[in-house]
Formats: sequence, C-alpha cells, structure tokens
Amino acid sequence: MSGAGRIWGLHLGLIAVLFALQFLLPAYHHGNLARIMVLASYAVGYNILFGYTGLLSLGHALFFAAGMYGMGLGIQHGGLSPAPALVLGIGAGAVVSLALGLLALRTSGVAFMIVTLMFAQAGYLTILYFGEYTRGDEGFVIQSAQRVLWGIDLSEPSNRYFAALVLFAACLLLSLWLIRRPFGRTLIAIRENEERVRMLGYDTQAHKLGAMVISGTISAAAGAFYGLLFGYAGASFGAVPHSILPLLYVLLGGAGTILGPFMGALFMFYLIDLSSGVTTAHMLIAGVALVLLTLFAPQGIMGELRRRAFGWLP
Amino acid sequence: MLATLEGSVTAAVLALTAVGLSLVFGVMRVVNIAHGEFFMLGAVIAYVLTRAISGHPAVGFAVALVVAPVLVGVLAVVADMTILKRLDYDPERTIVATIGLLYIIQQLTLMSYGPDARPVEAPFNTRLALPWFEWGENGLAMYWPWGLSTTSYKLAVIGAAVVLLCGIWAMMARTRIGLVMRATQADRDMAQAFGIPVEKVYAMVFGIGAGLAAMAAVLIVPIQQAHYLMGADPLLLSFIVVIIGGLGSLPGTVVAAILIGLSDGIISVFFSPTLAKILATLLVGLVLVFRPQGLFGTRGV
Repeated sequence: MSGAGRIWGLHLGLIAVLFALQFLLPAYHHGNLARIMVLASYAVGYNILFGYTGLLSLGHALFFAAGMYGMGLGIQHGGLSPAPALVLGIGAGAVVSLALGLLALRTSGVAFMIVTLMFAQAGYLTILYFGEYTRGDEGFVIQSAQRVLWGIDLSEPSNRYFAALVLFAACLLLSLWLIRRPFGRTLIAIRENEERVRMLGYDTQAHKLGAMVISGTISAAAGAFYGLLFGYAGASFGAVPHSILPLLYVLLGGAGTILGPFMGALFMFYLIDLSSGVTTAHMLIAGVALVLLTLFAPQGIMGELRRRAFGWLP
Repeated sequence: MLATLEGSVTAAVLALTAVGLSLVFGVMRVVNIAHGEFFMLGAVIAYVLTRAISGHPAVGFAVALVVAPVLVGVLAVVADMTILKRLDYDPERTIVATIGLLYIIQQLTLMSYGPDARPVEAPFNTRLALPWFEWGENGLAMYWPWGLSTTSYKLAVIGAAVVLLCGIWAMMARTRIGLVMRATQADRDMAQAFGIPVEKVYAMVFGIGAGLAAMAAVLIVPIQQAHYLMGADPLLLSFIVVIIGGLGSLPGTVVAAILIGLSDGIISVFFSPTLAKILATLLVGLVLVFRPQGLFGTRGV
C-alpha cells in the first residue's frame, strides 16, 4: 500500500504545486504554464498510445484539430455556448479516433505510422478545403464574449490557468488510474509482446482500439480547451508538425511514464521560448532534439530517472 | 497533347524521386521522411551554382546537374553514418530520426537561403543535352533537336529521366554493385556472413537515393522554382508512388510514377488541387490498410 500511497502522493503533489504556482509566478510565465499544461494534456493522450501501448502515431494532430474545430465551429457557426461546444469537440475526437483506429489498426509498425500520417494530412487538407467555414491557415478568433463558461470568463488569465490545471489534473489522474487497472496492464503487455498477449487469450485488437479512442479523446479535449482558453483555432494545429510535437514531448520527457509528457512539454516549451531570441527557425531546435533523443536518450528524462534511481515511478 | 506532355514531365521527375525513396526502403527497410528535403537541397544548390558560375546559363546548369546530386549524396552518406547506423536501422526509430533531419535541413535552408522562391534559368537550347553524357553508360540515349523551342527543355527532362532510370536498372541488374545491393536486400545477415560490407552498402544506397532526388530537383528547377518548402509535395507524391507501386519494387515504382504523373495533370483539370491532394492522401492510406503489398508488389511491409 505504501507504494500506491507514494505514487498518488507524488502526482497529487505536482498538481498542488501547480495550483500554488499561479499565485507566485509573474504574468509572462503564468501564461506560459497555462499553455504548457494544455499541451501536456495533449502529450498525456499521446503517451497512452505511444508510451504504453507501443503504437507510434504520426497523426495525432487530427484528433487535436477535431477537438479544436468541433468546439470552435460549434461556437462560431452553431451558436453553441462553451459547455456543449466542448462536449461536441471531445465527441468529435472520439468519433474520429474510433474511425481511424478501425482502419489504421489493421496495419502495424511502419505501415501504421504512414497510415496515421496520411489520414492526418487528409484531415489538414480538409480543413483548408472548407476554408469558407474554417478560414484555413488564417484561422478564426473566438471572441472573449463567447468564452464564458458557467459565468466564468475563460479569457481572464487566472481563470484560464485554473481551467488548464483542471484539464491537466483530470488527464494526468485518468492516465495514472488507467495504467494501474488490468486494462492498462494489458496495454503494457501488448507493447512488450503482442503475440504472447494474444496467445494468452486477450483480444489485443480491442485493447488497441480502446487505447486509440482514449488517447484520441484526451488529445481532442486538449484541442478543444486550447481553442477555448486561447481564443483561436487555425489549420496549423492540424498540420504534420503539430503531430510531431507530442511525440517530441513524450520522447523528451520519457515514453511510458506518467509524468514524462508534462516534463517534456515543460522543457521543450522553454527551450523553444529561449531560442526564439536567437533565431526564428525554432523548428530547428525540434529537429536537433528529435535526432539527439533517438540517438542518445530513447528513455527520456523520467525514463532515465526510473532506470537509475526511482524504480517505482509509474 | 500538351497536358500529356506536362504529365510526362511530372512523371519523369516523380519516377526519379520515387525510385530513390524505393531503393532506400527496399534495401535498407528505412522510410526516409527527409527524402523531400534532399530534393529541395538539390534545387537550392542548383540555384546557388547557376548564380555563382558566370557565362552561359547552360554551363552553370551542367555543373549543377553533376555537383548537386554528388553533394546531396555525400550529405546523405554522412547522415547515414552518424545517425542511422547508430540506430541499427530500427524502422521506427529511423523514422523519428529522419523527421528530425527534415526539420534540420529545412530550417537551416530557411536561415541561410531565405524564404523566397527563386527561379533558375532554363537552358532551352537542345544542345544542352550534353550533361547527360556523364550518365549515358548504356549508350542507348539519343536526342534530336526538336523544333518546338519552348518544349525542348521538357523533352530533354523526360529523355534524361529515361536514361537515368535505365542506368539505375542496369546498375541493379548487371553490375557487381547491384548484385551486392540485391543480396543485402534479400538477406542482410547472410550477406554479411558472405563478407559483404553491409554498412557500406547501406551508406551507398542512402547516398544514391538522396542523389536521385537531388538530380530530379535539378531537372525540374527551371520549370518550378527553388523554395525551402518545396520538398513536401515530392515527398507526398513519392510516398504515393512507392506505396501504390509496392514497397521496394523498382519496376512497380516506375509504373506507378507514370500513372500518377499522367493522371495528376488530368485530375487537376476536374478537381481543385486541394481536393486532389485529399483524395490522393486518402488513397495512400486506404491502399496501405487494405492492400499493404501495393497494387503491383508482392511483399508486405
């Protein structure tokens, strides 16, 4: 029991620290951290599929964009208020991930990566194609008057921070709870040896599909919140670099660790933030980081910590 | 007629680019996401060289046609030896690494070359078929001066691509190097056991693949323009071609390139370019899902 206590303590402690930080941080970092928490939620969703199930998707921007546009178009053209719009966005993500899962999970390995990449690209192009509604690359702004959820104005910084924290805490605890359940354990077993798991009588296909839908839905929730909190939806959130982003976060932070996505998002965000003073070509940093990580630290930050000192880290 | 000609030019350049990608995948089992960036580098180097060399534009172009593929090939060999070799050519990790490579090359080009699209002057005179004598190892290439001066360069592109593809085929089928490559493709461990330096073969294949992309780019750059983002479309189209043609099958790749290249012009008459791209990407995804061995190939991924 002490093991479980330690694990829950660590993660609830992180959430408490993040809660306390909002009173301490200067405005600039306060805004950054809100953004990092939403992006980290996106990475948490990605980590469930990539880190725990071992399926490398190159198309998660499709889910993020499904959430963002489901929410954004619902408000912009459907005249919805934020709460049903969020539900619509998250629902859109669940449907899209179920559909892509049914198709893409018929393949594996390299073919799975290319299939997800291709469908995400098709989704991105679809956003551009319906530029009349989505305003394509330019995107559209969600006015702050439309961003009042249950009387709380989400364009106001401290409310925004708190909403981001709620989303992040929910995603983090959900993923922690999930991988400690038999379902999550089976996912890890599939990552390690799918053939053996199938032989033991598990329906691996159904488990993988479940992981895909959960992962896609969390990513869509992050997308929907991102659009709502920062008041903007644009096609670049559905483009290929935005699919690579959570991969980068998870690789840096540590694939298959609960805290990895957050650590990765935090470090990468500030790395790019600091480098933007030197050069505008910030994707260069991402490229170098990708190469160096695959070469020298495939375990990531939390993976190395777990390997060296803290074997109990989930 | 004109649409067919335009389509043939697209098909010729596409076939070269896609054969490079297919070769790398076939022999090394590596999906090179950075392939489009090697294409882009070829075009940019061609621009720089034709600017640097004064005199008749044909001289600069001839130099570019030789130097750009070699430079890009060398760069690819270096990338192979420093990055891919250390990953032990693991399929999934090399994809992530080549995505990194894509960003590095693209952003470095943006920083040094700038965001503008720049034209390269076309050597319209048909006498400029000279550079391809460098590659005419099978001696079958024959060009005649064409009366239509506006299309002479495009015809030369098609001719050059045909010669190059024949050259590649001859290399794979007739020479010792090709034999070694095919042996490595068939069974890496067995090839190694028979004393084939597999890692050197891999480095060479990666270099040749990148060099082919660069060569295709030099050929097309007088028709298009050199731009740091120009690698995305060739990458996507090459993927389509390689997947439809059957992964790693060279004849399938060429047939698919001709099909896609010719139909590209016709499809874009009926649909908007964006819709055509949507249909194309969906097609690739669905072919991979339902027919992973490709429409012509026999082997799965």
